[in-house]
Amino acid sequence: MLEDKDRIFTNLYGRHDPGLEAARQRGAWNGTADILSCGRDWIIDQVKASGLRGRGGAGFPTGLKWSFMPKEVGARPHYLVVNADESEPGTCKDREMMRHDPHLLIEGCLVASFAMQAHACYIYIRGEYVDERLALEKAIAEAYQAGLVGKNACGSGYDFDIYVHHGAGAYICGEETALLESLEGKKGQPRLKPPFPANAGLYGCPTTVNNVESIAVAPTIIRRGAEWFAGIGRERNTGTKVFCISGHVNKPCNVEEAMSIPLKELIETHCGGVRGGWDNLKAVIPGGSSVPLIPKEICDDQIMDFDSLQKVKSGLGTAAVIVMDKSTDVVRAIARISYFYKHESCGQCTPCREGTGWMWRVLERMARGEAEMSEIDTLLDVAGQVEGHTICALGDAAAWPIQGLIRHFRHEIEDRITSYRASKPHVAAAAVAAE
Amino acid sequence: MSEDLKKIVVDGKEIEVPGDLALLQACELAGAEIPRFCYHERLSVAGNCRMCLVEVKGAPKPVASCAQQVRDLRPGPEGQPPVINTSGPLVEKARDGVMEFLLINHPLDCPICDQGGECDLQDQAMAYGRSYTRYEENKRAVDNKYMGPLIKTIMTRCIQCTRCVRFVAEVAGEESIGMVNRGEDAEITTYLEAAVTSELSGNVIDLCPVGALTSKPYAFEARPWELEHTESVDVMDAMGAAITIDSRGAEVMRILPRVNEEINEEWISDKTRYVWDGLLRQRLDRPYVRKDGRLVPVGWAEALDVVAKKLSGPADKIGAIAGDLCDAESMKALKDLLVHLGVQNRDCRQDGSALGGAHRAGWLFNSTFMGIDEAQHLVLVGANPRLEAPVLNARIRKAWLYGDLKVSVIGEAADLTYSYDRLGEGPGDLDRALSGDLLSAVKDSERAMMIVGAGAYAHAGGAAVLNRLGRFAKDANLAREGWNGFNVLHTAAARAGGLDLGFVPGEDGKDTAGILAGAQSGEIETVFLLGADEIDMSALGSAFVIYLGSHGDAGANRADVVLPGAAYTEKSGTYVNSEGRVQQGVRAVFPKGEAREDWAVIRALSGAMGKALPYDDLAALRARMVADHPAFGAMDYAPGPAGAEGFDPSALGAEGDLSGAGFATPVRDFYFTNPIARASRVMAECSAAKARTPQVQAAE
Repeated sequence: MLEDKDRIFTNLYGRHDPGLEAARQRGAWNGTADILSCGRDWIIDQVKASGLRGRGGAGFPTGLKWSFMPKEVGARPHYLVVNADESEPGTCKDREMMRHDPHLLIEGCLVASFAMQAHACYIYIRGEYVDERLALEKAIAEAYQAGLVGKNACGSGYDFDIYVHHGAGAYICGEETALLESLEGKKGQPRLKPPFPANAGLYGCPTTVNNVESIAVAPTIIRRGAEWFAGIGRERNTGTKVFCISGHVNKPCNVEEAMSIPLKELIETHCGGVRGGWDNLKAVIPGGSSVPLIPKEICDDQIMDFDSLQKVKSGLGTAAVIVMDKSTDVVRAIARISYFYKHESCGQCTPCREGTGWMWRVLERMARGEAEMSEIDTLLDVAGQVEGHTICALGDAAAWPIQGLIRHFRHEIEDRITSYRASKPHVAAAAVAAE
Repeated sequence: MSEDLKKIVVDGKEIEVPGDLALLQACELAGAEIPRFCYHERLSVAGNCRMCLVEVKGAPKPVASCAQQVRDLRPGPEGQPPVINTSGPLVEKARDGVMEFLLINHPLDCPICDQGGECDLQDQAMAYGRSYTRYEENKRAVDNKYMGPLIKTIMTRCIQCTRCVRFVAEVAGEESIGMVNRGEDAEITTYLEAAVTSELSGNVIDLCPVGALTSKPYAFEARPWELEHTESVDVMDAMGAAITIDSRGAEVMRILPRVNEEINEEWISDKTRYVWDGLLRQRLDRPYVRKDGRLVPVGWAEALDVVAKKLSGPADKIGAIAGDLCDAESMKALKDLLVHLGVQNRDCRQDGSALGGAHRAGWLFNSTFMGIDEAQHLVLVGANPRLEAPVLNARIRKAWLYGDLKVSVIGEAADLTYSYDRLGEGPGDLDRALSGDLLSAVKDSERAMMIVGAGAYAHAGGAAVLNRLGRFAKDANLAREGWNGFNVLHTAAARAGGLDLGFVPGEDGKDTAGILAGAQSGEIETVFLLGADEIDMSALGSAFVIYLGSHGDAGANRADVVLPGAAYTEKSGTYVNSEGRVQQGVRAVFPKGEAREDWAVIRALSGAMGKALPYDDLAALRARMVADHPAFGAMDYAPGPAGAEGFDPSALGAEGDLSGAGFATPVRDFYFTNPIARASRVMAECSAAKARTPQVQAAE
């Protein structure tokens, strides 16, 4: 279990003042100018050495991403864009950071922008996050007032501006290239890659898009040393991570914990356990609604990090742990998630536009039992036709929960169909006749 | 970019291709067939249909081959060339899946769909689809949208490929079509369901890979397999766009563009595409002679007899004007007859333009249309290419959008779909505008062009304007070896041909204005109008008017004798476009009723006068034409700078007073520029729709 001294977000619960002075007392903005004076390459090397992997879901090494930016600024300026469009169902970590620890984020923006030679940083904040935007804007105003950002930021001689852009509440705008489109004032639809944003991003200029958490932890990592961060968790899955645990636990919460913490320990220690005890657990969605769920048998000794969850064909995602106890109608639950992806599909490319609606409709019927047995395989096949064939990862995100459901709970769907037929003799007879 | 050649292996076959090709193009070069819906060579890449997925060895997922360039492929671990597979289980599963998704919400109403038989979705479903469906849910239905009088929409059929959206935004330069809503509710629509008013809007019908956007006037008229295709040349403007005339029996059913990279790429204007219903209305199908103030139908013999008598009168009292749609053969035959009769009063310039002179380069588009692609600076003087040659305007827009073309305008402040510096509005501004910055900019530019439009050369002071522009061209060294930046943009398909044939006043002869003035004063007693309808008929006074043409328009209304001729779809005729490119149109259907091809009427007339012209068939006439005017010998060839040897632009026109009204395009209504268009009901609807749509004013 992570000790308090190793926590980065010391005001995650808002028990202290989020203002500048209090943040400074908690360590934010401590020696920022010194960090900058160590140079760009050193900062990037530190982040690389810390093993920090992107906290937005895909887990791409952050230092490596930063190093993809052109070494020299050419005719086009560089930009840092912070993805605060936290829309993945179950995820609410960035919200707390922006509410209660905004200065960590702002400082991170300065450090990351400096490392990538960006003089402007945009924070794209989710449409529904009105209080968070106000909190962030207030903190930015404080930082400007104190000379921490703006011209000659922190006395480093580096000019740096930071802007908050309020989205309109579309899930797809959390996809980095759709976010850039939206930021440019266009309809939020993902772009084709390549070119990647590091080459042609915002307004066609080199751009790095990072999650709020990835940016906010960077200054602390550098202050305390890459070894400290790398010493938490296990190899390739280092550091601390804010988990958002919701669902059928006694005390749902956000908590910063060490990477690779056992799932059971996470739930029992911080959330007061599963409602009705561990044995009442049915399944867990370990990383936000888009990753496949894992049943209790796997949860028993599952540790929470990128690689081990990938091994069980799920993923850490945003570390939004959704706990479902035995009272859950898991088919109905996945059908609801499927509706979400159908609703949020941008409609640009064929498999996602057509496939999400199809899958949702089939699942809705399956949740009632009004389906043929053969449709389970058809559904799995359709999910496979969506996965990996789309422009962005929303297609994958729509397919994975369904694949997870069929992988682990096929029997429940079958039971549902059987019992529906049993309750309606004429349906059962027709089915027999058809065979 | 030969230094950028990359080796790739497509389906086991190694080829070398330029690095900037899309994988899809590279695969096609290797002989593989890649299905696609959203990809189009002339539009930006959307990558949204996902039909063109291929397998790239080493990539975790199938790759949209339209959206990736060859140079972005990584070589194998030991530097082997990248390997692409366009078949195999991964690709086939992907295609199969996409095809299924496209069809689940498609109505499959092919039997009642106008796209049937020439539908990408239908063809590819046959090749890559299944013969059964697994989709048990209700299909989606989408409301049809109003897009104006030309585009019929059945939006349930739409597959959201966004070709139409990209076309209007990129090529036509209007952001009038877009996609609203998201996910499966995404719909293509015009903004507030306004009509698409672009002059190029009809092209979205060709671009639509399904039957969502079809042709409204052609709806339920014919099936593609019933139609006879005739490859011909358009005469609605002076570009000479390549077209296919699709006919059934005696009727032209529709007109489609053909690809000609040098002229129209693969676009045509709405007027070119939809003028065909005008070919059935207001037709002159028999000869008429005016008796007691009324035109009375007569036989050919009687009509020719009357005309022969009139033309046998004193030659200096006869005038002839050739119109905008005439083929070169008829002008040649008429000119030969007039020369034979000693008639010097003849002109092919209805608009009264000052063009003509010693050197052919003085009235041609010498940079060629393709030259625009490489141009860096363009000066438009009295030209509104958007109305005078919309497809040419799209090419200018392309160079402005994707190249670094800078445009300066002296003339009207019109919305040309690209931005420009406006340096003046009329002849009075020329001296100021053409000196200083512009002169040095044009001089320093390696590829500078000036386009002189009808607003300038047909201006009341056109000769002086032309002279001033010619001197500018000389000062700026626009015409030199390897590049001729002096360009004239004609508005009439017949004009360049007429000038090439020397259908201009002979010695001491009168030009159009002179003939009209003579008719007023009684100096001219007989006027022969060869399809000339754009002159002021009231200025013909009491002259005896002979009209030879295809449509009952202004000329026939005024005429004393009407000789029915053939429209451009009904005769094999030679046309010279603005570039000086000689092209042959081909007859698709026969002339209406008793009408005959125009040259044959003139030949018959010469016979009736006892002065038979020395050719009995079209081949002989053409041979004579080439012998007399060698320029007609080179078919489909635009001379470009090669034809400019010895061309001195400063000798154009005549020095004079630079004053008068601002330059204004003669095209007041794009849809009504010639007798065929004026007879077309569709063109009238377009004009009315345009008038209803509030036009955004130019950026100034």
